[in-house]
Amino acid sequence: MSKINLTRRSVLQTGAATGAGLALPTYLSAASHSGFTNAPTGDTVTLGFNVPQTGPYADEGADELRAYKLAVDHLNGGGDGGLMNTFSSKALQGNGILGKKVEFVTGDTQTKSDAARASARSMIEKDGAVMITGGSSSGVAVAVQALCQEAGIIFMAGLTHSNDTTGKDKKANGFRHFFNSYMSGAALAPILADNYGKDRKAYHLTADYNWGYTTEEAVRTSTEAMGWETVAAVKTPLTQTDFSSYIAPVLQSGADVLVLNHYGGNMVNSLTNAVQFGLREKQVNGKNFEIIVPLYSRLMAKGAGANVKGIFGSANWHWSLQDEGSKAFVKSFGTKYGFPPSQAAHTTYVQTLLYADAVERAGSFNPCAVGEALSDFQFDGMGNGPTLYRGADHQCFKDVLVVKGKENPTSEFDLLEIVEITPTSQVTYDASIFGGELGACNPGA
Amino acid sequence: MEAIILQVLNGLDKGSAYALIALGLTLIFGTLGVVNFAHGALFMIGAFCAVTLSRIISISRTIIDDSQTDFLGNPLKVDVPYVYDWFGQATGDVIIDWAVPLSILFAIPIMVAIGVAIERGLIKHFYKRPHADQILVTFGLAIVLQEIIKYFYGANPIPTPAPDAFRGSFDFGAAFGFDPNVIIYPYWRLVYFSFAAVIIASVFAFLQFTTFGMVVRAGMADRETVQLLGINIDRRFTLMFGMAAAVAGLAGVMYTPINSPNYHMGMDFLVLSFVVVVVGGMGSLPGAVLAGFLLGILESFASMREVLTILPGLNQIIIYLVAIIILLTRPRGLMGRKGVMED
Repeated sequence: MSKINLTRRSVLQTGAATGAGLALPTYLSAASHSGFTNAPTGDTVTLGFNVPQTGPYADEGADELRAYKLAVDHLNGGGDGGLMNTFSSKALQGNGILGKKVEFVTGDTQTKSDAARASARSMIEKDGAVMITGGSSSGVAVAVQALCQEAGIIFMAGLTHSNDTTGKDKKANGFRHFFNSYMSGAALAPILADNYGKDRKAYHLTADYNWGYTTEEAVRTSTEAMGWETVAAVKTPLTQTDFSSYIAPVLQSGADVLVLNHYGGNMVNSLTNAVQFGLREKQVNGKNFEIIVPLYSRLMAKGAGANVKGIFGSANWHWSLQDEGSKAFVKSFGTKYGFPPSQAAHTTYVQTLLYADAVERAGSFNPCAVGEALSDFQFDGMGNGPTLYRGADHQCFKDVLVVKGKENPTSEFDLLEIVEITPTSQVTYDASIFGGELGACNPGA
Repeated sequence: MEAIILQVLNGLDKGSAYALIALGLTLIFGTLGVVNFAHGALFMIGAFCAVTLSRIISISRTIIDDSQTDFLGNPLKVDVPYVYDWFGQATGDVIIDWAVPLSILFAIPIMVAIGVAIERGLIKHFYKRPHADQILVTFGLAIVLQEIIKYFYGANPIPTPAPDAFRGSFDFGAAFGFDPNVIIYPYWRLVYFSFAAVIIASVFAFLQFTTFGMVVRAGMADRETVQLLGINIDRRFTLMFGMAAAVAGLAGVMYTPINSPNYHMGMDFLVLSFVVVVVGGMGSLPGAVLAGFLLGILESFASMREVLTILPGLNQIIIYLVAIIILLTRPRGLMGRKGVMED
């Protein structure tokens, strides 16, 4: 009978050898085209565009899909090349991705987590999509990101603004270009202090779901830090359409600012109701009553019509930016579709190019190699100034726009004006403050 | 006290919409015996009548303004409404501004036509089928109608403002001896409430004081006997369906300045309106109106911050909670009649 002597040193040596042995295939596969989910084998590669094609955000989804099609066109060498001409990385040559022609499949998220996961799963399992991207909701983004992590697929998030997407729910296979609630608060607060003073009483109406909570927290923290007082924060059901019973008590509370932590139809209705109640004509505490919408979207501003005039908010990007990247994208998109792109279109287009560029630089479609290429990647020329894809949480850090509803719009697209381009340094935060763990990259098969 | 007055006022306009939709639902159920789940869609189509007329009035010719550029740097194309050419800019602006009230005249014939077409084309084939079949087919119709609207108008809400004369709010507090700025109520919501009251009174007067209405009421009470008297009651009931569609449509037209219309707005009201009908009593027109206002006001009270602090989420269940209590204590609803939907 043999006797095994276990010592601390031998256990460590064996563990290290086993670990290295297990890691070797991953390392090797990272440099090859096999050993990961949906490794492209022919002369084409398939991307999965998962956007809301039905439901309340269908118009936003349609704009995302237009941008994706434009990106695919440019990647395959069509059109004027768009942002490929201004992108600081020159890895993309207009010959597809790694020489493979880019094809795409689409799914309908319906802005429902379960439907979004089902369509993403179908695109991965049936259509062989090597990357999933899109969406117009943080709930959908978090759900699909988790699915992609399990499946060993890269997820390039679309329009998702909750801190959680790259905070407590972050995943190694997920990447977000769009800004978040924290950044909105950090960018807005100084502008609000400049315009409305530091002695204000704020009343928050907050959509009763994940994004609403993080946005309220971000705006409260930022505004309270500069001296504002929060007199009340009331949660409103996501299904609410008439906000009159929530708005009527605002003036009784002694508040002189109403913060609407709402998006989409909620924002359109709550803002319309607040303006109907004449809040903006009222004087409270000797000051003009003001309304703030932390996250603006041009498509939503269109729904609210003239009610957005003079109201501050924040945005990830706007077509009126005058940097070379933005001008190139607006020209490309506008020439093809006849109207300027929304910020949802911009972020999804950029995400597609960033993914393709990362694959080219990694020399592989392996999600772990792509993730490595994207992590801590610094780039410019994509419309937001110098940008960092931070490796610690896979969140992009770039300038944030503070915008205001335009008083005299010249067209149906000219609804917002840029008030301030807040520099990256002002919206940067420690990656650990929102908790969560990236975990390890999953290459899948 | 101020908070109570305020929530009563808030409940009145919400209750007006519930009452108008529930009134139409009850008219259809009372005359044709059909449970019409497409009624919310008719409310939505009414709202889009206002959107459509607003667009028709604003049809424009395009001129090039070389002094300005568009987003691509090309000379700006400026739309000049034809009503400016025909009536001058000042009058044209007034016509465009009053698009929503003008839509009432536009919506009535359209909604009656749509109602009659739905009844003749679809509903009549389901008169003798179980209520479950009626619910399925009308719910399917509602989805088809809202998808058609989404196809043509998109998914985003479309702003359809009230005339400038009705912008802003009335300060009840200042007018009735309370603190100013505390009890305020938008002018258009007052208009909506008044409009709803007129429509409801008109429907009751029509049924009560006209020969047509008398025959319809007789038909509702005993259809076979009325037919034996040689009266074509089916034709009158078809017109009642058209009238119910018009009531729902007008409720939708006037609601557009309160909330920007979108393709889904009918569904938002549908389930609540059915609860209103059940609470009021199936087939009872006064019950529908009473329950509409009652539940609108209760919902408004349940949304008060003070209430939500003690009972979070109460505003989302209050209507259903009240419905359960009323149905447990009065199974036929507040003003329901014996024998209705009890076979």
